[in-house]
Amino acid sequence: MADALLSLDDLAVHFKVGNSFAGGIKTLKAVDGVTLDVKPGECLGLVGESGCGKSTLALAIMGLLPPTRGTMNVDGQQISGSTPPDRMKMARTVQMVFQDPYASLNPRQTVRRTLADPLRLHGITDKAEVEARVIEMMAKVGLRPEQADRYPHEFSGGQRQRIGIARALILKPKLVLCDEPVSALDVSIRAQIINLLLELKDEMGLAYIMISHDLGVVEHVSDRVAVMYLGRIVEQGGWQEIFENPRHPYTRALIAAIPDPFHRAAISADAKARGEIASALNPPPGCHFNPRCPLKADICTAEYPAFGEVAPGHRAACHFRDRMS
Amino acid sequence: MTTPLLKVDNLRIALAGDGVTYNAVENVSFEIGRGEAFGLVGESGCGKSITALSVMGLLRRPLSLAGGRIVLDGQEIQNVSAAEMRRLRGKRIAMIFQEPMTALNPLSPVGKQIAEMFVLHQGANWNEAMDRAEEALRQVRVPSPERRIKDYPHQLSGGMRQRVMIAIALACGPDLLVADEPTTALDVTVQAEIIDLMAELCAAKGTAILMISHDLGLVANMCKRVAVMYAGRIVESQVADSIFARPSHPYTQGLIDSLPRLGERARRGRQKLREISGVVPSIANYPAGCRFNPRCSAVTDVCRTVVPEATPLPAEGVVRCHHHG
Amino acid sequence: MSLALKIPRLRLKGGSSLWVGGALVAIAISSAVLAPWIALTDPVMDANLMNAEIAPCWEFPFGTDAQGRDIYSRIVYGARVSLSVGIISQICNSLIGVTLGLTAGYWGGWWDDLVSGLTNLMLAIPSLVFALAIMAILGPGLVSLVIALGLTSWSYSCRIARAQVLSLKSQGYIQAARILGYGDLRIMFTQVLPNILGPLIVIATLGMGGAILSEAALSFLGLGIRPPFPSWGSMLSEARDQITTAPWLSVFPGLAIFFTVLGLNLLGDGLRDYLDPQSTTRRG
Repeated sequence: MADALLSLDDLAVHFKVGNSFAGGIKTLKAVDGVTLDVKPGECLGLVGESGCGKSTLALAIMGLLPPTRGTMNVDGQQISGSTPPDRMKMARTVQMVFQDPYASLNPRQTVRRTLADPLRLHGITDKAEVEARVIEMMAKVGLRPEQADRYPHEFSGGQRQRIGIARALILKPKLVLCDEPVSALDVSIRAQIINLLLELKDEMGLAYIMISHDLGVVEHVSDRVAVMYLGRIVEQGGWQEIFENPRHPYTRALIAAIPDPFHRAAISADAKARGEIASALNPPPGCHFNPRCPLKADICTAEYPAFGEVAPGHRAACHFRDRMS
Repeated sequence: MTTPLLKVDNLRIALAGDGVTYNAVENVSFEIGRGEAFGLVGESGCGKSITALSVMGLLRRPLSLAGGRIVLDGQEIQNVSAAEMRRLRGKRIAMIFQEPMTALNPLSPVGKQIAEMFVLHQGANWNEAMDRAEEALRQVRVPSPERRIKDYPHQLSGGMRQRVMIAIALACGPDLLVADEPTTALDVTVQAEIIDLMAELCAAKGTAILMISHDLGLVANMCKRVAVMYAGRIVESQVADSIFARPSHPYTQGLIDSLPRLGERARRGRQKLREISGVVPSIANYPAGCRFNPRCSAVTDVCRTVVPEATPLPAEGVVRCHHHG
Repeated sequence: MSLALKIPRLRLKGGSSLWVGGALVAIAISSAVLAPWIALTDPVMDANLMNAEIAPCWEFPFGTDAQGRDIYSRIVYGARVSLSVGIISQICNSLIGVTLGLTAGYWGGWWDDLVSGLTNLMLAIPSLVFALAIMAILGPGLVSLVIALGLTSWSYSCRIARAQVLSLKSQGYIQAARILGYGDLRIMFTQVLPNILGPLIVIATLGMGGAILSEAALSFLGLGIRPPFPSWGSMLSEARDQITTAPWLSVFPGLAIFFTVLGLNLLGDGLRDYLDPQSTTRRG
């Protein structure tokens, strides 16, 4: 798609694990053929459990892991790898907010240095301009100018996450990948950060990829949602379609598992999944979800289902996608 | 009302700093009936976990029990000898933790660790104990227990390890199971299974549960009554069904309002989340009066000076707020 | 439970080890620098057999040796050799070790294999034997002593640096720096190095003590400082035979080494804490 900010085509990241002496070398298909795109100003929610490959996908998008196959286009330009000019251009287009606000800030750098260094690196050398942009960005994320010379340990978790957001936005990127941005924060702080991210999105015209296991958060912020299972996208569509009319049993199981006493009983208890996610080293034959699926039939162990369209823009990789509604 | 299984009365836990002693927990009182599931909810640092540890007799320096009574089945246990407490643990009260890997012995097969409980507490011989361990694994629905019994903890997935922990905890049919964030480290679909399993086994054996969690929705789903802790005190305790419908304390209200709930956006469109302003206070800076007062929207002068008393709620339960009613 | 994390750390302001260690090292350095002014006699020329082996007294506070030279003056001058050998050679070791360890840990791959292999090789050969070989080629003297010791014991710094880098590499702020377009060298020097400095400083100060002792050993073997010029190590080894008859000959150079090495170690500990922004010692 030409107008997409980011588009991935059949992107895969495989790892070789083990050694040739003990058990031989195996291939771990952490991400195995992901195709998706993000348009300017849009928020794409990426949902899945640990081991589904969403973190690996995030690192690949950020250029921290080389893809095994497939292509990635950023802002209409194919990103070939990690040559320095590409990295600099990527840095001004795609940025990332990390999950852990403690490990993601350099403990030896003040807020000012954390925000000013990237500006200088990207050619803004005028002292006054650097200072102005640092203070402006701090104000945008709700930090006071006099906090600029403090070190990360002097801030609470929520404030650190604000610093992390400021760092991601200081180069004025177009796309921000948020990797579980609130799950490490105190419950009573999460709403502040979610609201802040949404405000900044409108204010700066940002696009987000929001990775989260919290379906409530994903539904709240996303325009479109992609559900990942064992390295592949199993369902993708508009937020309302995904949450109101899910067509993949895994999506249904995720929704059914939410312990919310207010939650409508639209999806009944029999949608719950059994067991746990298989290892990506040794995925089950056919549909990877089949050992846990309540709808399992013979065809499910025989062939991987096509990623077929159930409605415009809504696709699901399930043999029975048309029978669920 | 018959005598409760566990009665915690005016509990105070001291934290010794350098030359200063803080009250990490104070005025905490609650009762748990036989076979009842009771939830203790709060954010990290609120004192819910150390309350659980004090019930287990596991407080260690710099924490110590500074006041109050803990009564198990009519017997005061806060001052019993270490040997007596060891006898109680495992036999009458058992505990499961957030990260089972740290609670399991990595060098011993899981079957042996379960069997040990029968040998230690019930004087069984090892052969018989191993048979019963296999049965216990079957009860917690570990697939093919006859093989799994020889596995070491690292060979099991997180969900399987937590099942083993539950098997160990329930081995000797304790009266009370203390569960400290038992599913926080697990994926949502696995979490749902573990919670169902815990509830089912405890109901079958008549075991009461003290469930510690930061997730109000999870606790309200599983427990009959819920107490909400903030900064070392219980601010509200209520019947679980009504806590979402009629939260009485502004903190509980804030928690419920601040989290995006699944289905909310479809019903009402995207609303800005209501934030709880400010940060969670650290133990050295607990505010005077009601500890929630700096973050509360209904704060008045009395909140800043006077500690609110526990006021009974119309149906059942108490709230500590000057502005209630 | 993260309760313990939320208690403010209350600590002794300044850290006593920083000041005690700093003072001891300052005394050692100033006696080296000021030797010509604070020495009582010339350490080499003023031999006088009439004064041989006098116990400490008013005229000779630390006593005299078999040639009648003043021990105090020899210790003051000996500080020049011992400290310059200790400090300069350890700076070489740290530079080599940290550069290799940092790049090996960060880049990994064949470079890491090469550096790790080299490190293990260096650890397998006793560094003193290696230094001996270098001295044999370069010939005795202060400069060759510094070179020999400065090239042979970087393996500890290298190992520590590499291990620390490996544990930091996956931290979010390192990834964030890459995402912001930082180059590898910039990341190593601005993001990684400041965060692994603590253990490296401790290793370096321990290494300085070790180098001072190695200098003693090499001088004893006749490869370091040639008599009659004094160094603490050579004084100690010369005094070995008289340890029962004239104990002051070994006690005072021994004390000089002891307090200098102790001071260096304390200073290392203190500096590590001082440089850590999370310790409240700096801002109070």
